[in-house]
Amino acid sequence: MHEEKAEWTEIIEPRAHLLDLKLRELWRYCDLLIMLVRRDFVATYKQTILGPIWFFIQPLLTTVTYMLIFGNIAKISTDGLPMAVFYLAGITIWNYYADSLNKTATVFRDNANIFGKVYFPRLIMPLSIVVSNLVRLGIQVSLFLLIWAYYLISGANLHPNLYLLLVPLVVVLMAFQALGLGMIISALTTKYRDLIFLLTFGVQLLMYATPVIYPMSALPKKYAMVIHANPLSELVELFRYAFTGSGQVSWEGLAYSVVCTVVLLVLGALIFNRVERKFMDTV
Amino acid sequence: MSQPIIQVEHLSKQYRLGEVGTGTLSHDLKRWWYKVRGKEDPFARIGEVNDRSTKGDSEYVWALKDINFSVQPGEVVGIIGRNGAGKSTLLKILSKTTAPTTGRIKVRGRIASLLEVGTGFHPELTGRENIYLNGAILGMTRKEINRQFDAIVDFAGVERYVDTPVKRYSSGMYVRLAFAVAAHLEPEILIVDEVLAVGDAEFQKKCLGKMKDVSVQDGRTVLFVSHNMGAVKQLCTSAIALENGLITYVGNTIDTVSYYQNRGEKKTYLNYIGLVEKAPGNAFIKLLKFEVGSKDGKVITISSGIDFNIVFINVKVNINLAVSLIVQNSDEIIICEIPYLITTERNSKHGIYEINFNIPGYTLNAGTYSISILFGEDQRFVLKKFEHVVEFEIVNEYIGNNINNLPGFLRINPFITCEFKDL
Repeated sequence: MHEEKAEWTEIIEPRAHLLDLKLRELWRYCDLLIMLVRRDFVATYKQTILGPIWFFIQPLLTTVTYMLIFGNIAKISTDGLPMAVFYLAGITIWNYYADSLNKTATVFRDNANIFGKVYFPRLIMPLSIVVSNLVRLGIQVSLFLLIWAYYLISGANLHPNLYLLLVPLVVVLMAFQALGLGMIISALTTKYRDLIFLLTFGVQLLMYATPVIYPMSALPKKYAMVIHANPLSELVELFRYAFTGSGQVSWEGLAYSVVCTVVLLVLGALIFNRVERKFMDTV
Repeated sequence: MSQPIIQVEHLSKQYRLGEVGTGTLSHDLKRWWYKVRGKEDPFARIGEVNDRSTKGDSEYVWALKDINFSVQPGEVVGIIGRNGAGKSTLLKILSKTTAPTTGRIKVRGRIASLLEVGTGFHPELTGRENIYLNGAILGMTRKEINRQFDAIVDFAGVERYVDTPVKRYSSGMYVRLAFAVAAHLEPEILIVDEVLAVGDAEFQKKCLGKMKDVSVQDGRTVLFVSHNMGAVKQLCTSAIALENGLITYVGNTIDTVSYYQNRGEKKTYLNYIGLVEKAPGNAFIKLLKFEVGSKDGKVITISSGIDFNIVFINVKVNINLAVSLIVQNSDEIIICEIPYLITTERNSKHGIYEINFNIPGYTLNAGTYSISILFGEDQRFVLKKFEHVVEFEIVNEYIGNNINNLPGFLRINPFITCEFKDL
């Protein structure tokens, strides 16, 4: 009889190592991520007549509202762009961020019943949220492209350019920022629920601090600094610039955004990892 | 002896009682302040043994305290104990849904836990989709599920409904499907909570059979938590008895179960002598005396019958006062409830009542029983419930040479005739 291997495959201890993110384990649960994304997508529009068309209706109605209020009544500049294209570009990319953040931030509370019964790497849940919103974003971008193409053909003042190649990067950065910030908030809300109340209108306020309904160029100098400090501003502006050729983008701004994203993501993952093991006792 | 597959060392878990949230911040700050100064956690010391029936002084309790045991590969270990003994906490820590406060568990191999069936089932998705989703949540890869898919559907017996949303399923079908997914996991260690209390008798049998297969044929290790001593005896090779967060007995299944069923010193009567204000009870009812015995004052046997004598003080006047005795067997299954309406015309008085119950002989089978007493108003409101006031034993009477207990809850003495004719 040969000697059995004496090593333990796993040790359950009070505290996990701070940097032990268990990425290998995360990879093993890749199938779960796919299943969760599928579930989100299929379950949302089951038993609705219009089904995924709802993905179109939301941004369209919002765009029409913004055109009326901000465009026609408040007469905020759209940088000489057709209003529909200007607002829809902002709304499409902003909604992705806002939805991802809102859902990620309440991930512990929403999934307490699953988390309480079965173990799997908790990071899967926020990741699945960001990815399933990505599917939605894809559909909404196609709507934007339709409208954008219509204006392009009818000769509006649109100049698509090489920055289009950066659009995937913009989306990834947006996703990671939502994920990072969402994980920090979700970790804090397991004990103190106060932040949830702050979150809903906090996200709304954040939209006004991001050039979604106004262009960077319309800002007075003294506010421009504040808006630039928001790492989302550059991303929204870049997204719009790539398709239309109007807006203010800079490599420094992009670099700043990248740094902020990385910091948020790392911080979020660390805090989340620390809380996930004990949250069941407090949530 | 081979090496253990699970080793639990000095495992403890502390919970905070009461409302979490109020005062949490101040405790957190205090903890942090002690930590900064290099002292031990001020709240880790003050926990007490977790006995839910007595009131403690501390806000913190130890749900588990200094648990040590190990499990060999291929063993099926039963974990038994009353409600609140710490069984579920132990399972939660083993299944990694919560972390221990101190101590550690070392494990060789993958753990899958079945604390609940159908975790993550989505009512809108079809049976097929849910098998994949639930399987993935439980830790199976897509490939593994593909391989097991037909076996799962077959085991659950829902082939016709596999493409129907599970919200249209009957609750039995739902549970069967959920258990089927779980039963086809292939971990080295399987942790099972009392999920067997679901489905019809036929399915329960199937589940027990499946669990036996898992351990006997596939050589996997199973930890099984249950109140059902029958199932524990049938399945487990050894067992652990937990009480108030401490291990009180470890050994083979038969010994542990019988220890658990005869645990501790039994209170066979309650007789309160002292200041009336301090007698057990509350503002409405104070229990002075409760006695169990048989007519001739000797041991209670199957034929002797059982007498209960209750003396209590009633405070609330002009209500319809009622009392109920609840008889439970050693598996904590309620055998019967015996109600008695003391007053029916809203004329209860403030004073001492004495009530005698008699259960005639040849009613209950031999075994250990416990009595809870429930006082009620208007048959609607509970004035006071005394849980497990006393325990008593009914001694077996042999039939012929058979010295074993007969199975079942009842032991009746029917009138039997027998005739014989020569061929």
